[in-house]
Amino acid sequence: MSLSINLTINGQLRDITLDDPRVTLLDLLRERLDLTGTKKGCDRGQCGACTVLVNGRRMNSCLALTASLDGAVITTIEGLADGDTLHPLQSAFIEHDGFQCGFCTPGQIMSAAGLIAEAQAGDDPERIRELMSGNICRCGAYQGITEAVQQAQREMIARNRKDAA
Amino acid sequence: MKRFDYVRPSSIAEAVSAAALPGSAILGAGTNLLDMMKIGSAQPERLVDITRLPGLDGIDWLPDGSVEIGALVRNADLAYDERFARRFPSVAEALLSGASPQLRNAATAGGNVMQHTRCAYFHDLSSACNRRSPGSGCDALNGENRLHAVLGWSEHCIATHPSDFCVPLVALDAVVEIEGHKGRRELALEALHLLPGNTPEVESALMPGELIVALRLPAEAADFASHTRYLKLRERTSYAFAVVSAAAALVVDAGVVQSARLALGGVAAKPWRARRAEDALTGKPASPEAFAEAARLALADAKPSGHNAFKIELARRIVVRALTEAATGTPERTIPLPGSVFTTQAGSNHVA
Repeated sequence: MSLSINLTINGQLRDITLDDPRVTLLDLLRERLDLTGTKKGCDRGQCGACTVLVNGRRMNSCLALTASLDGAVITTIEGLADGDTLHPLQSAFIEHDGFQCGFCTPGQIMSAAGLIAEAQAGDDPERIRELMSGNICRCGAYQGITEAVQQAQREMIARNRKDAA
Repeated sequence: MKRFDYVRPSSIAEAVSAAALPGSAILGAGTNLLDMMKIGSAQPERLVDITRLPGLDGIDWLPDGSVEIGALVRNADLAYDERFARRFPSVAEALLSGASPQLRNAATAGGNVMQHTRCAYFHDLSSACNRRSPGSGCDALNGENRLHAVLGWSEHCIATHPSDFCVPLVALDAVVEIEGHKGRRELALEALHLLPGNTPEVESALMPGELIVALRLPAEAADFASHTRYLKLRERTSYAFAVVSAAAALVVDAGVVQSARLALGGVAAKPWRARRAEDALTGKPASPEAFAEAARLALADAKPSGHNAFKIELARRIVVRALTEAATGTPERTIPLPGSVFTTQAGSNHVA
């Protein structure tokens, strides 16, 4: 049984042929498209390392069946920077030491991108922590992560205001 | 993961036919099903992907004031829908207290209702489990069972239903709209999940092939909007299932309870409506004594199923707390840690 679907991944439209319906979005990205920035931590939806944006919303790619996503627009950590210019979240994570080993970082950053788009947290660190609770950092860099999300969000809001003006 | 056939029906009738075939499982977001398929506690031969079915992803307000929540509405979309959250704040609070933001963005309303117990013995294929494999026994009875049921369990199964969402829904008389071979039927959500009895493998009242297409809340459920809470005790502050939880909803006039709703989560194989407690509250002053009596009645039939006698007292306390908070009034804005018992007022920190 072979399935053909289309996905737009980091701005590029791709035809995907699946010889096996079991392929998760995470395994598609890592094993078949060589996009290994997205990490496989628990593979059970518990750690958040595999977080990507699906149609602009953060989701666990380990629990998404590729076959079901025909037509979806996917953004991974590889698609976040603008050429050589880092995304504000990427810069802020570096500036605030939002990681040590770095394994959870792509998932943290994609989750933070989703959080900022959802616009439910404001600048409240308590709400940011709660809304980042789907991403586990075993190095315990949570303080830096929270500060990085706050800073990036402020920058992005300021930039949007400037663009709108 | 075992191989399966993948089918994507284009109509509800096609979906019902495909789902009725032996070995079929319905795929929504898959956040529970795929997880189970990876570890083998679900091994469907056929996945029926309903995510492209038209008309199942809306929040529809009906002329009589009731609201129909399509089975494919994502948890986050429902919780953040302003009109919905204003009318049914404890439902929004329950949704936001469950899972993680990533899961809430994916998981559907129908899937939340149909999720399976998180009993470890149900998911561990080397353990005996009557729910997964009828007649094999129940290893939970003599195992790690401190989080298992204290109400409605039997010697054949002591699992709990893990949903937060379902708890206020049951309190507010939600109805499940179901499509099957014989057309559409409706069922009170309270009657959907079954207690284990002698047949724990029969988890719900759905017949083979039947598909939940919507959940409906009656207009009267919004009468409680100004005095309702969902409170949940977890073993960590966020992103954990309930040890115990309670949805409380009151209509209070001049300090007297005119009408009360109460349901508990984490205590049984179904969301547990506490009608005797509701009746006892009606007409009484909204007082600590009345709330304590309601809690006593709600847990009057509770029995430990293992090392979990503590849950009975915890459940009584969370009932009192939820009723007290409901009587105080629904917060204007969802609190930073929705459902948390560690947040006592809007804006307060959970870490002192």
